[in-house]
Amino acid sequence: MTTEQSSEASDSSATAGLPVSSSPAGPEPDLAEGDFARDSGATSLRDYAVDYIQRVRGGEVGALPAILGLIVLGLIFTIASDRFLSVANLANLVQQSGITVFIAMGLVFVLLLGEIDLAAGTASGVCAAIMGLAVTKQGDLRTALGTPTWLVVLLFMVAAIVVASLSRLWYAVGIVAIGVVMIAFHLGTSTQVGAIYLAIATGVAIGTLTGFLVARVGIPSFVVTLALFLGWQGVLLQFIGNGSAISVGNYNIINGISNGNLPPVWGWVFYVVLVGGYIAFTVVRSIRRRAEGLSAEPLVLVLIRGGILAVIGAVALALLNQDRSPNPNFPIAGVPYVLPLILLFMIFWTFILNRVRFGRYVYAVGGNAEAARRAGIELSRIRIACFAIGSGMAAIGGIAQASRLGSIPSDAGGGNTLLYAVAAAVIGGTSLFGGRGRARDAVIGGIVIAMIPNGLGLLPNLPSSANFIITAIVLLVAASVDALSRRRAAATGR
Amino acid sequence: MSQTSGSPTPASPSTGSETTPSPTAGSQAAGSQTPLLQMTGINKSFGPVHVLHDVDFSVYPGQVTALVGDNGAGKTTLVKCVAGIYTIDSGEIRFDGNPVSLHGPRDASALGIEVVYQDLALCDNLDIVQNMFLGREEIARGVLDESDMERRARSTLASLSVRTVKSVRQVVASLSGGQRQTVAIAKSVLWNSKVVLLDEPTAALGVAQTEQVLALVRRLADAGIGVVLISHNMNDVLQVSDRIATLYLGRLAAEVMAKDVTQAQVVELITSGRSGNIGLQPSEAAATTI
Repeated sequence: MTTEQSSEASDSSATAGLPVSSSPAGPEPDLAEGDFARDSGATSLRDYAVDYIQRVRGGEVGALPAILGLIVLGLIFTIASDRFLSVANLANLVQQSGITVFIAMGLVFVLLLGEIDLAAGTASGVCAAIMGLAVTKQGDLRTALGTPTWLVVLLFMVAAIVVASLSRLWYAVGIVAIGVVMIAFHLGTSTQVGAIYLAIATGVAIGTLTGFLVARVGIPSFVVTLALFLGWQGVLLQFIGNGSAISVGNYNIINGISNGNLPPVWGWVFYVVLVGGYIAFTVVRSIRRRAEGLSAEPLVLVLIRGGILAVIGAVALALLNQDRSPNPNFPIAGVPYVLPLILLFMIFWTFILNRVRFGRYVYAVGGNAEAARRAGIELSRIRIACFAIGSGMAAIGGIAQASRLGSIPSDAGGGNTLLYAVAAAVIGGTSLFGGRGRARDAVIGGIVIAMIPNGLGLLPNLPSSANFIITAIVLLVAASVDALSRRRAAATGR
Repeated sequence: MSQTSGSPTPASPSTGSETTPSPTAGSQAAGSQTPLLQMTGINKSFGPVHVLHDVDFSVYPGQVTALVGDNGAGKTTLVKCVAGIYTIDSGEIRFDGNPVSLHGPRDASALGIEVVYQDLALCDNLDIVQNMFLGREEIARGVLDESDMERRARSTLASLSVRTVKSVRQVVASLSGGQRQTVAIAKSVLWNSKVVLLDEPTAALGVAQTEQVLALVRRLADAGIGVVLISHNMNDVLQVSDRIATLYLGRLAAEVMAKDVTQAQVVELITSGRSGNIGLQPSEAAATTI
């Protein structure tokens, strides 16, 4: 706070009058005299670097720790094992991270509110089981589940529709309603795509009801989802039967999600569209905003960042497009489908979080629920929507897991599934206290989480105890960075 | 628009009424204008507790009306009645001369009444632009119109001569108390508001920051907005306000022009409901016991 202004500040710019703001099409006030004339952010790369270092020192670390962690772990494993950087292992790593990334991406929404969803893992198992039953029993869920269970499932989904329409969440209503119609009348449930859709609809229904219990009934999310964590395990046993499993390895689409590969040519097409689109978007944004006198990133920075991403993407793609099959008669090449899927979801959710009202409100509710309420935001609506997204993404994680394993065991989504996903989001930079996090956090964190067992698995003579202990240490370091950056932020007034 | 003095006059009155905003502080006598907001005979009870007794309260365009009173005098309750958070039990509220009924915060903001609360209600994790437009974001082609919002936020801050924040894209968590208060006030004037109520805007601020906020309060009034300032600090009140309304145990003890009273008189009005020949009658004051 400087002392330059104060009483003498009621100068000419005050006479411009307040109502300038009421005439959007009117002429711009003379900003040359106000300090905002300079408010187009850092103009040179150097300014930007100084600004960035200041922000990091002030506690806004963003994805930096996760990226550093990724590099450090990568270096350690590369040195320790010559197989770590092999093409086959790279593809393996991508496939292994899929399930964690999908669940974590949904959890980011829940964590942004300052809530938790402990049931996302087991819910993913339930959703995958619905898919598995539908596709293996010719779409006849009534026979597959038995009439009473089938009725309970339908009733559950109808309840979700009612709850969602009470909160005017029409997307959720639509998604679940189509699912109900499909289950009730055996419409398209025998097809693989239909079965996959059913799993997602089930996830959305689960999330809607979870959100209802948290936001409307007012039970702390920890307790609600702890109960559901146990409950869904029971439901899964009811669906599948103790100790058995549903085999889905023979279905090409379901199997392909985690195990299939994008043909190399299409990989390059996808790469060009994605990277080209990204660079074009950021460059145009930078130029346009600067032309309009708004705060904009320096063009040099945008180009450098775009270039780095383009190089990394090209190297990864070129590697993955090589034949990595141990058997020369059956070539395996191309990017695993799960990677473009992850990227598309990341872009979609980033768009939702940054560019539409809903995303803005998610951050607002997580940052200061009372302020959001006073601004006229319906808190329960945002909360229920976030839980629905969380469980919907968990369903996709469950599908990816089923695809990878080729089956849905009766403990699908149990064990550490959820905990790894939470860890991924936190390592990526999402705060457990709400209000801070991005969709990309799930991707970066998910890769770190997958890299540890992947890398350790390649080391000879390493006890399996090391896996857990090292994951624990990485998580603790990530959480400490979060806590310290918060303290730092408080101390520097940021 | 005629200019009666050399001091800054707003280019256009945002009041929408035919009244001319007061060009300078306290240069016009009370009652020479139509009040923008006029409350008469307001009563409000919470169960057995009668909080407001027949309170009359008016807000004039272009003036700062200070609302003072001891803890429990009913200041906050009165403000919440204006804001539409509480509905009044009896009495009449006129806005621009027309009787209105306020049943919720949206009714109040539709009329152009904005409240800046003591706890500010800003989201720390959002930047200044995002906070100023929270709940009323502008949309262009289906997505948030960041350019337009940033431009409007900046021009509003510039029109308030706010020059302490570095960038409108700073997150609010990085702002000082005075800057936060500035953002909260700027948010309230962004919406073409006619009446702005400020609940203890200087309560947690240092000396320099208090000066800035008070200067801002004055500029709001100079732009033709009816400003209500709730404060415990008599220096602030006398420095910036045109009128002072004193509440004493739920009754309006006196509404006086700030230039006509001394600090001691205001303090006496606050503590005992009367001072000399202004304020409540002794019988009234005595009858008003808790």
